[in-house]
Amino acid sequence: VNMGTDLAYNFVFKVVLIGESGVGKSNLLSRFTKNEFNHDSRTTIGVEFSTRSIQVDSITIKAQIWDTAGLERYRAITSAYYRGAVGALLVYDITKHLTYENVERWLKELYHHADPHIVVMLVGNKSDLANVRTVPTEEARDFAEAKGLLFMETSALESTNVESAFLEVLTAIHKKVASKEVTRGSISAVTLGPSSEFNEEKRSCCNSS
Amino acid sequence: MATDNRIHFWRRNPKVPGSLQPVYGAQHPPLDPRRHRLLKDAPKVSSVNTKSKKPSTFHEFARSTNDAWDIDDEEDDSVFSLKQLSSSPVQSQYMPQTPRLKIIKTPEDTEPLPPSLDRQEPISTNPSQERLDIERGPANGRVVKSSSDAQLNVNAARNTLQKQQSLPVRPIIPLVARISDQNASGAPLMMVREKTRLDKFKQLLASPNTDLEELRKHSWSGIPREVRPVTWRLLSGYLPANRERRDLVLQRKREEYFGFIEQYYHSRTDENHRDTYRQIHIDIPRTNPLIPLFQQPLVQEVFERILFIWAIRHPASGYVQGINDLVTPFFVVFLSEFVEEDVENFEMASLPLDTQRNIEADSFWCMSKLLDGIQDNYTFAQPGIQIKVKALEELVSRIDEDVHVHFQKCEVEYLQFAFRWMNNLLMRELPLRCTIRLWDTYQAESEGFSHFHLYVCSAFLIKWRKEILSMVDFQSLLMLLQNLPTIHWGNEEVGLLLAEAYRLKYMFADAPSHYKR
Repeated sequence: VNMGTDLAYNFVFKVVLIGESGVGKSNLLSRFTKNEFNHDSRTTIGVEFSTRSIQVDSITIKAQIWDTAGLERYRAITSAYYRGAVGALLVYDITKHLTYENVERWLKELYHHADPHIVVMLVGNKSDLANVRTVPTEEARDFAEAKGLLFMETSALESTNVESAFLEVLTAIHKKVASKEVTRGSISAVTLGPSSEFNEEKRSCCNSS
Repeated sequence: MATDNRIHFWRRNPKVPGSLQPVYGAQHPPLDPRRHRLLKDAPKVSSVNTKSKKPSTFHEFARSTNDAWDIDDEEDDSVFSLKQLSSSPVQSQYMPQTPRLKIIKTPEDTEPLPPSLDRQEPISTNPSQERLDIERGPANGRVVKSSSDAQLNVNAARNTLQKQQSLPVRPIIPLVARISDQNASGAPLMMVREKTRLDKFKQLLASPNTDLEELRKHSWSGIPREVRPVTWRLLSGYLPANRERRDLVLQRKREEYFGFIEQYYHSRTDENHRDTYRQIHIDIPRTNPLIPLFQQPLVQEVFERILFIWAIRHPASGYVQGINDLVTPFFVVFLSEFVEEDVENFEMASLPLDTQRNIEADSFWCMSKLLDGIQDNYTFAQPGIQIKVKALEELVSRIDEDVHVHFQKCEVEYLQFAFRWMNNLLMRELPLRCTIRLWDTYQAESEGFSHFHLYVCSAFLIKWRKEILSMVDFQSLLMLLQNLPTIHWGNEEVGLLLAEAYRLKYMFADAPSHYKR
């Protein structure tokens, strides 16, 4: 996969990272967009943001990735950030069963605020700590399948599957767009880049309020 | 919770637009000590606060402060209309307004100025003139002699700033300020001025009944490190102004906090408090991850106790991420009293247990007082923050239309970057030493953390206007705003920021008495 330049891209896909506090969302973001893992990261306040461009089938896609705080209190503020998202990574910590138990609640909130066609992947993070795992892989995989979600286990620390996870989501989004499975109106976050003729769509992509 | 917490933004009786153009105080040259003394001997203006009773509780303090502001606001209008402009040197010295103080403006102002030193007319106070001098300004000791020099001086200061920024090697500035490195530039004259200020503080603090209004005035432009612990305790209303009462009050408050630990802390494993504790527990290691002090288990436990006890005593908000950051400045400042060297590398366990406990208790109480004024930032849906961000947007749209329009064009919403500014009081955007300096002023102001903070945020945003306008799309603009380059900031930059914030507040704010709690 090539790192597309920032100068030219065909699509901008807004993807949100959601899940309980402390599961590793911020490091998944930094691992994917900067290939960094930070043992000293601070709690995410409000929303943080990063981008990375990738190539999918000779199309350049700019992933606009939003990292949200996991704490309950913030949900009133962060709900605004779901708007326009075409993809979501719902992250839990494989060593903390409670973070997996709350996935249902996150899904509910996601569907309440986001586009109904949003591509969702369930991500079991911290796979490097598999020796103290409390969430069996198969159980989570079955759950994801039942809910129509993609699934992957990752380790932001060791960089395992992080790239794959994001790629799979972005590819799935692109497929939906390309297949015209949805009308232009419903995936409002999709936009065509600077070289495009459909300038009016670009506006709605950048509108993240 | 504040019933009328709408920020009354716009002046009820605005002066003619453009009539007030104070020079940025922070860029002024240092005060000539001879003139300084003259001012000190001048009698106070009689209209000054007639309250003789010293506030003994925090709320009394806040109330009396608010009322005093009211009186002077009206007083100023009449004073200004009577006095004439003059080209005397002193007019170029900028004195920001406080409840006790008359503004001295530059001759460029069309508004008439209050009395100058030369004419020996009463001026309410003195060394507050220095207030904004300390942090900035060419170290030449000259008082500006003519009106045109005021403008030149501004430019000179800007050039100095630029020169500093292009210096080949910047000193390594620790995260937490020490007395010798609060300023990146340390000209000898600066040290003399610092000593004068320190003496003034010591004098104020030695009085049997500390004049809190005087103390606030002097604190506005920064508190010398040596006296910061006691001054912060006084300004927050935690420590009574009356010296005789202090030991008793301290003892009582500390005992009360230790009582809370006994009463509440064990319940962190209870079902209804487990989530709160768990969240705090995973947040503490992520609070100041780069400062060794905060990796010590002893210190982390202190933070856990403070936050947990506060949270369960304030169920309307409970613990919210961001509140953890607010303990840090108090803790560091109160700890610094016992530390000669770097606070950030200090071994907490080397302190006597009593001292550790007292630092913890005092941090708890002062943080509580701070949060009292901004609790609606953290209650459900965080209405306080939403209101403030909206107010920020309004203000920016008025003071810098270019920036505002640019945000609109790129579809950047203020909430997307300013949420953190409000939630964490800019602590995530500034090094800790700058936060500490900022809080000197916030505690000197009335409603500083809620009201003045708004102007600081505005000034902070506009400061980056060049960078902002150079970003042409949503992505790059937002990433700039979430990663502003302040890593090398020190007192000077904060001083400039505060001067600009002050200017904005004076131009746009309604009297703070309308902002009731």
